[in-house]
Amino acid sequence: MLIRRPADIAPSEITARELFEGRREFIRRAGLGLAAGAALWHGLPAPARAADALPRTVPGPFSIGEPLTKLESAISYNNFYEFGVTKSGPERNAHRMQVRPWTLRVEGLVCKPREFGIEELLKLAPMEERIYRLRCVEAWSMVIPWAGYPLAALLKAVEPLGSAKYVEFVTHYDPAIMNTRQVIEWPYHEGLRLDEALHPLTLLTFGMYGELLPNQNGAPVRIVVPWKYGFKSAKSIVTLRLLEEQPATAWIKQAPQEYGFYANVNPEVSHPRWNQATERRIGEQRRRPTLMFNGYAEQVAQLYQGMDLHKHY
Amino acid sequence: MNPPTPSPVQLAAIKTAVFLLCLLPAVLLARGWFANALGANPVEAVQHATGSWALNMLLISLAVTPLRRLTGLHWLIRLRRMLGLFAFAWACAHLLNWIWLDLWFDWRAIGADILDRPYVSVGFAAFVLMLPLAATSTQSAMRRLGGRRWQALHRSAYVVAILGVAHFWWLVKADVLEPLLYALALAALLGARMWQRELERRRQLAAPPPLPGTPPKGRVIRIVPK
Ligand code: HEM
Repeated sequence: MLIRRPADIAPSEITARELFEGRREFIRRAGLGLAAGAALWHGLPAPARAADALPRTVPGPFSIGEPLTKLESAISYNNFYEFGVTKSGPERNAHRMQVRPWTLRVEGLVCKPREFGIEELLKLAPMEERIYRLRCVEAWSMVIPWAGYPLAALLKAVEPLGSAKYVEFVTHYDPAIMNTRQVIEWPYHEGLRLDEALHPLTLLTFGMYGELLPNQNGAPVRIVVPWKYGFKSAKSIVTLRLLEEQPATAWIKQAPQEYGFYANVNPEVSHPRWNQATERRIGEQRRRPTLMFNGYAEQVAQLYQGMDLHKHY
Repeated sequence: MNPPTPSPVQLAAIKTAVFLLCLLPAVLLARGWFANALGANPVEAVQHATGSWALNMLLISLAVTPLRRLTGLHWLIRLRRMLGLFAFAWACAHLLNWIWLDLWFDWRAIGADILDRPYVSVGFAAFVLMLPLAATSTQSAMRRLGGRRWQALHRSAYVVAILGVAHFWWLVKADVLEPLLYALALAALLGARMWQRELERRRQLAAPPPLPGTPPKGRVIRIVPK
């Protein structure tokens, strides 16, 4: 399979998404039609577009032209240890999580610390669809059409102070509905350098495949950082904190000799458990070579100029 | 009262039943594979299932001797070779899946993994140690080696099990619960073996010395030095 860099793909070539959107529109209409039919049947007024639905999306930049992972795979093969350490556990258990109401606190070194309700967040910036590669540190990968907008839009709204150098994400943890065995430290913490967080590829994400995120994929709001291993893309986040010091992250605390803060996808730096030179694209027979920065080198390599990526893995 | 011993016909029936039972997980796995029912990453599902069954069968085969001593059902020993060979067959499938469906005969990656990744090195060592056990599993090999040497060699099945558990322990990312359970089961088996050996030692110490000239009854395994 020929792997093309984003710059090689003319927008007109991306038929996969257009086809897919056509189909999605059809499904959405069919769904609304059914709902309307059901409402008429019961003599009720037809529902307006649900307040909870994903806002209309516009095609965003950086989308790749590779075939999408089957939706069924993307929602049944997940790492979300709070809902079980197997790949199938999250799909079985994540429905217990209540994603409405939901607030995201933004605090720390910002001019305007505050809480955002999920409804407000959904409308903060135009919702874009972006088809990104997702590469897990376990050497498998997917191609997923996300819906969201750059995290930078939210950060701008709170005005980071000059002293802010890092962004920390804290995810939801509720022992009543989640794993109580401390497999890793909960609540889960992740983080980015501020310039990484402000990078236009970094997506504050609310949906995928044209719908709101399923719970197991990190509903109602998560981060997607496509050039880093999947564990950096924290799910179901409740707090975003701007800091001067590099935050401690869950996986670094778990196994400091195995996980680094940057966790950039890098085929040349092996993990002690997994050879990172190749990956299994879910749904494909054979492994394919892993790309530097997961294929986003053109966009992000300059963030790491002068850094030894073997040391800062 | 001695527990009943099955007749040759009964034993053959028991063996056939155990064989079919042992085959069942393989049939289910194969059916899942061909029905596309192993989830989003079937190669990984096969890697995990074959590894788990290799270890399960190994521990089951190691449980035969303690169980036999405990229950007095001496004929259980007649099942042990089959159980051990099932463990070996699962390990072969495990290795084959990795070399073929996971890495597609990329010998450089295979070699690098065996050398660089401790969990693979340990699994590979376990597999290599299984080879002489499988090769000497026949009656004729047992005769050729002689009982004692054969027994000494086959005690390394415990080493294989220890390496297998270490392999599992090393490969989990965070949650060691499952390998911990295997480690406990293995410790219980080793403990039972040591305890039964100790009982036998005490029995031999307490027994009156045999009258000179009378041949010992049955098979005597000397633990207490003469
Ligand atoms: C021939 C050398 C071997 C290799 C290359 C090998 C490789 C692997 C690999 C790649 C995995 C999956 C790791 C992951 O998904 O992260 C695995 C899992 C496993 N292997 Fe092996 N292995 C070998 C030998 C063995 C042997 C001899 C045993 C048992 C006696 C064994 C028992 C297991 C177990 C129990 C698992 C975990 C299954 C689970 O996650 O449920 N392996 N092995």
